[in-house]
Amino acid sequence: MSALDRNRQVCIYEQMLRIREFEERVKGTFEEHPGVIRGHTHLADGAEASIVGSIATLGPEDRFFTTYRCHGYPLARGTDPKAMMAEIYGRKDGLCKGIGGSMHLTDVSNGFLGTSGIVAAGIPHATGAAWAAQIRKQGQVVLCFFGDGASKQGAFSESLNIASLWRLPIVYVMENNGYNVHTRTEQEDANRANGDDLSVKAKAFSMPGVTIDGRDPIEVYETVGSAVERARAGEGPTLVESQMYRLSAHGNIIAPPGVPLHFPEHEAIEKFGAPEEYEAAKRGDPVPAFRGRLVGEGSLTPEEADAIAERARAEMEAAVQFALASPFPEVETALEFVYA
Amino acid sequence: MAHELPYIAAIDEAIRLEMERDERVLYFGQNMATTENEPYVDAFGADRVRVTPISETAEIGIAIGAALAGFRPVVELYMAEFMLVAMDQVVNEAPRFRAMSGGQVSVPIVLKAGYGFTAGWAGQHTGTLGALFMGVPGLKVAVPATAADAKGLMATAIRDDNPVVYLHHYLLTLEHGEVPDGEYLVPFGHASVRREGSDLTIVATGWMVDRALGAADRLASEGVQAEVIDPRTLEPLDTHTILESVEKTGHLVLVDQATRHASASTVIAGEVAEHGFSSLKAPIVQVTALDATIPYSEPLEAWVLPNEDKIVAAAQQVLGLAPVNA
Repeated sequence: MSALDRNRQVCIYEQMLRIREFEERVKGTFEEHPGVIRGHTHLADGAEASIVGSIATLGPEDRFFTTYRCHGYPLARGTDPKAMMAEIYGRKDGLCKGIGGSMHLTDVSNGFLGTSGIVAAGIPHATGAAWAAQIRKQGQVVLCFFGDGASKQGAFSESLNIASLWRLPIVYVMENNGYNVHTRTEQEDANRANGDDLSVKAKAFSMPGVTIDGRDPIEVYETVGSAVERARAGEGPTLVESQMYRLSAHGNIIAPPGVPLHFPEHEAIEKFGAPEEYEAAKRGDPVPAFRGRLVGEGSLTPEEADAIAERARAEMEAAVQFALASPFPEVETALEFVYA
Repeated sequence: MAHELPYIAAIDEAIRLEMERDERVLYFGQNMATTENEPYVDAFGADRVRVTPISETAEIGIAIGAALAGFRPVVELYMAEFMLVAMDQVVNEAPRFRAMSGGQVSVPIVLKAGYGFTAGWAGQHTGTLGALFMGVPGLKVAVPATAADAKGLMATAIRDDNPVVYLHHYLLTLEHGEVPDGEYLVPFGHASVRREGSDLTIVATGWMVDRALGAADRLASEGVQAEVIDPRTLEPLDTHTILESVEKTGHLVLVDQATRHASASTVIAGEVAEHGFSSLKAPIVQVTALDATIPYSEPLEAWVLPNEDKIVAAAQQVLGLAPVNA
C-alpha cells in the first residue's frame, strides 16, 4: 500500500471527526429530541481510526459489509449523513426509506450491500460477495467488519474456512473492543482467556492473522491495505484483529424505567466497577490522539484542525435539522419492498 | 412436445437450462463433487459450480452475499432439515434485506431441498417443513407434485428476484411424468386443478396429491365427485382458486403431510373460514400428520401420516355420509 501523504492523513482525520460528530449527535438526540430515535442504536465512538483506516484502502468498485454498529463506515465512504440521520429517525428521506433504521444501513451506490443485525450473520454475506468478485475477475475486494463476539459464532468459522479454501478476495476485520455486549472478551474467548490474541484463530483456517492497534489509523491503513493488495492479487483472505475500546455503552436505547436493558455509562464502570479502565481508554481516544500527532508532526495547524471540527459540527447539525424536518413515510411503504 | 422424465431429472433439466440461459446462475452445495454432479462442473465450470463443506449457515449466507452482488445462486441442500441448521439465514436474513434496504437490493436465491422422506428415515429427515416458511414475509415456497411442475417451478424459482424455498418431495423422486421440452415455466401462485368435481373440494400438496386423487377415485365409485386442487406454491398461495372451488362444492377437505399447526392446511382453513364461510355447507376437515415425531417403525410411521383411507373418511364426514369421528 502506498504511504499516506499529508493530504490523505488530514482527510483521514476529517473522516474520523465526522464519524465522532455524527455519533455524538445520535447520542444527543435521545436527550434533545426524546422519542425521535426508536429501538436500539450502537455507536462507533472509539472505532473511528479502525473504520477510516480500513475504508481508506478500498477502490471505487470494492464492497464492504458491517455489523449493526454501522454508522461510521458509510460516512467514511461518502454516504450522505442527512439521509443516514433521517433513516435513524425513521423518516421518508432516510437512506432506506425509514424501513431499516439504525441497525440496517445500506447504500448500494457506495458498495455497502446490506447490514444484518444478527451477530456474525453478515460474515457469510461478505464471503458470498467475495465469491461474486472472484467470478467476475475484475479485481474487486470485499472488506468484512465484525466484532470479537462474532468470532465465536459458527458463521465465522464456516465462512473463513470456505474463504481460505476458495482463496476468496476478502479481508476480515475483527474489531475487538474488549466486550461482547456486557461480557468481557476473556470471559467468553478461549484464546483471550489463555493470553493469546484473537488473530490466532486464523491459523485454524490456514490464512494469515495479524493483531494491530486499531486506534492508530495509519497502522490500520497499512495492515488492512497490505491484506487488500494480497486479496486483490488472488492470494486469498486475511484476518486482521483490530484492537480498540468502545467509548460508549453497548447500545443506546429508550427503555422503560427499571428495565435493565442497557447501561447509561460504559460497562467497565456500570458492571465491572473499573472506572480506571474506562478513564485509561478515554486517554487513548483515537480522535484527539490523531489530531495531536498531525499537529505535532506539523501536518496540521491547530487553526486548521479547529476549522475541520467546525465543518463537521455544521455538517452534522444540518443532518439533524434535515432529519427532523423530513416527514414520516407513507404507511403503505411498509408493504412496498417485502417482495421484489 | 414433451418427453417422459423422473421428477428428480425434471428438476435437473430446469437448472441446466437456466444455467445455459443465464450465466449469473450458480449451483453449489455439499457433495457437488460427486459423480452425478460432474457434468455440471464440466458444462459450467468451477467458478459457477462448487462443492462446499458441511456448513449450511455459510452456504446459505454466501448465496445471499453472491445474490446481493448480482448473481442468482441455487443452493443444493439435499434435505429440508438441513435448512434448520441455518434458520437465521433462511428466515431472518434472506427475506429481510430487500425490505430493510428500502428496496435497494434483492436476494434472488433458490434453496433446493428434499422433504417428507417417510420411508423409514425416522425422526430428523422426514419433516414436511414448507409451512414453516410460508409465514415469513419475503420468502416464497414452491412444492411441486409432478415432474412437469418440478421443472416449471424450478425455472420460475431461479428467475424470481426473491429468495425461494424449493421443496421437492423425496417419495416422488423417481415418479415419472410427461415434461414439456425446452423452456417451461410454471407461474407461482397458480394452483393446478388436478381433477374437477362438484361435490367436494380436496386441497393437497406434494406426495399427498396422488393420495387425494386416489381417494377421489374411490369417492367417485360412491357417486361423489371430488375436485382436487394442488396449490403448487404455498407462498404466494392461490386462495382464489380454492375459494372458487368451495363456492361450487360447499365442502372442503384439506390434506397435508405436515403436523397440523405447522401445516399449510391450517392457513388455508383460516382463509376459507374468513373469506368463504357463506359457501360452506359443513365444517372444514383437515387431514394432517398426527402431532408426533415421525417414528422409524413402519406401522407407526404409516399410522401418523395421512393416507387414502383417512381422506375418504374425512370426505364422507364432511358430506354427512358417515358418522362424525368422536
